[in-house]
Amino acid sequence: MNAITAEGLVKTFGSGEKAVKAVGGVDLVVPEGTVVGLLGPNGAGKTTTVRMLTTLLAPDAGRAVVAGHDVVREPQAVRSKIGLSGQYAAVDENLTGRENLWLFGRLYQLSSKEASKRAAELLEQFNLADAADRTLKTYSGGMRRRLDLAGSLIVHPQVLFLDEPTTGLDPSSRLDLWDVIRERVAEGSTILLTTQYLEEADALADNIVVIDHGVIIAQGTADQLKAQIGGERIEVIVHEPEALGKAEQVLNVGSGGQCVRDDHTRKLTVPTHTGSKGLMQVIRDLDEAGVGIDDIALRRPTLDDVFVKLTGRHAEDDDTQAETAQGSAS
Amino acid sequence: MTTDVMPTAAAPSRVGFNQAFTDAMTITWRNIRAGWRVPDNQIYMFIQPIMFVLLFAYVFGGAINVPGVDYVDFLMAGIFVQTMAFACAPASVGLADDMQKGLIDRFRSLPMARSAVIAGRVIADLVNQFIVLVIMIVCGFIVGWTFHNGFGQFLAAVGLLMLFAFAMLWVGAFIGLSVGSPQVAASAGLIWLFPVVFMSNVFVDPSTMPAVVQAIAEWNPVSAIASGARELFGNQSLVQSDAWPMQHSVVAALLWCLLIVAVFAPLAVRKYKKAASK
Repeated sequence: MNAITAEGLVKTFGSGEKAVKAVGGVDLVVPEGTVVGLLGPNGAGKTTTVRMLTTLLAPDAGRAVVAGHDVVREPQAVRSKIGLSGQYAAVDENLTGRENLWLFGRLYQLSSKEASKRAAELLEQFNLADAADRTLKTYSGGMRRRLDLAGSLIVHPQVLFLDEPTTGLDPSSRLDLWDVIRERVAEGSTILLTTQYLEEADALADNIVVIDHGVIIAQGTADQLKAQIGGERIEVIVHEPEALGKAEQVLNVGSGGQCVRDDHTRKLTVPTHTGSKGLMQVIRDLDEAGVGIDDIALRRPTLDDVFVKLTGRHAEDDDTQAETAQGSAS
Repeated sequence: MTTDVMPTAAAPSRVGFNQAFTDAMTITWRNIRAGWRVPDNQIYMFIQPIMFVLLFAYVFGGAINVPGVDYVDFLMAGIFVQTMAFACAPASVGLADDMQKGLIDRFRSLPMARSAVIAGRVIADLVNQFIVLVIMIVCGFIVGWTFHNGFGQFLAAVGLLMLFAFAMLWVGAFIGLSVGSPQVAASAGLIWLFPVVFMSNVFVDPSTMPAVVQAIAEWNPVSAIASGARELFGNQSLVQSDAWPMQHSVVAALLWCLLIVAVFAPLAVRKYKKAASK
């Protein structure tokens, strides 16, 4: 049984020459009890897709069924079965944590008593009990996100949508939130998560869908995607340009001829499947060969690497290119 | 891949009247509860009305001379009307703020009546405006103002003022949903209120104004409400004007309020639906 099925979702904003196709035909299947990570840079169409799936936005074309109900024909039924936590921590900062959760409970049509009970449970569960009766003004960014997430779990939603849940958080708050999300996963929740960070999708999702310019450009498990983009690699910057040739030879021997050489930056890149062990091997080999090193590092693939691999361009270049193209066209 | 073309407008999701009412009350609770914790609102609700009554009664009262009229008796209804006109402010700032912070989106993802967001705003602000009006009336009594036509007409005047506040709330809701940021709503969204309120008979006699301004003042809805309230309170009014709204001020006041609601309530609801589907 699929918790989310979307076919050919399209959304265009504006009209005429200014029309921007935010989502250009997205197909998505999320089986019950799985976590799917929708990965893409800013403006890729992640949020627009989530807004269509959560009934906030009517698609121009295509259809989507969430928790057994069509998002256009039965929006109210969909809303009663989903939880949504957005990237802005949409909570009232002049209400206390308890009041916010009570408010959400009431709007999920719980009785006042049930809503109070559920608020207390969630505050306890999310380690916010001590701050329960303080207004959100006094909360840190991480606490607000946790409360926002708690608000989306009031009714044990069948499907949980998390739109960039950790964007803008400091690393320790991010790890905290990951733990909270992992607990949901362990309980068997179905989650659609959007993120700009490959490591986040990697850490939380069973399946990753890469989206760019409103179109899905790749999907698979984290391992499949990483295998596709080459996984971890070692980057070496040699001290002297003359040593590049020798170093390249050494690395090619170790990797079976997969070394990539960049003369301009004196950089050699080689894939590895053995992590830090491979890194130490490379250091030993280069040392034996008498090659001086300025810098050496083990690099994990990032969203940018995915993009370079899949589209041949950098994720960040993208916007400027698109803008230039638009500028010259108009 | 199958691509069915769907109707662009979402099918209306009907919720019963009971749920719509409960949801509106829940949002009302939230707006009142959260609103009262904001220092700006506390000042607006409790300090400003008292300040205005005292300032105009004791500072300007001696300087502003409306011939043949006891100024405090004349003035007080004007201040009430002015304060009700500014009911725009909390509605527009509140809705713009909810929109900017993503709260309206969040509410829309919940299985609640969609009408509750606006209804809850309007009801909460009406409650707040009523409290403000009561405070001002009590202040008025303290500085020597009173009503002369009996308690029934006094209540009718209070009703008229609340109706005007209700009308202005819809103007505020429309502005708040149009401008997109609470800062703009609080500045540009309100600046027009000053000329609208001051080019009226709220504080002074329009016959002292240049002919064009005088005509505007006589047909200004604010003047009609002020004259209507004065008539019902039995306070001194200005009789010099032959303009129809000044001759039939209670009727004119009611018509103006209904007209404002008829224009701005649908506009605000349309803006809400449109803004929410971006």
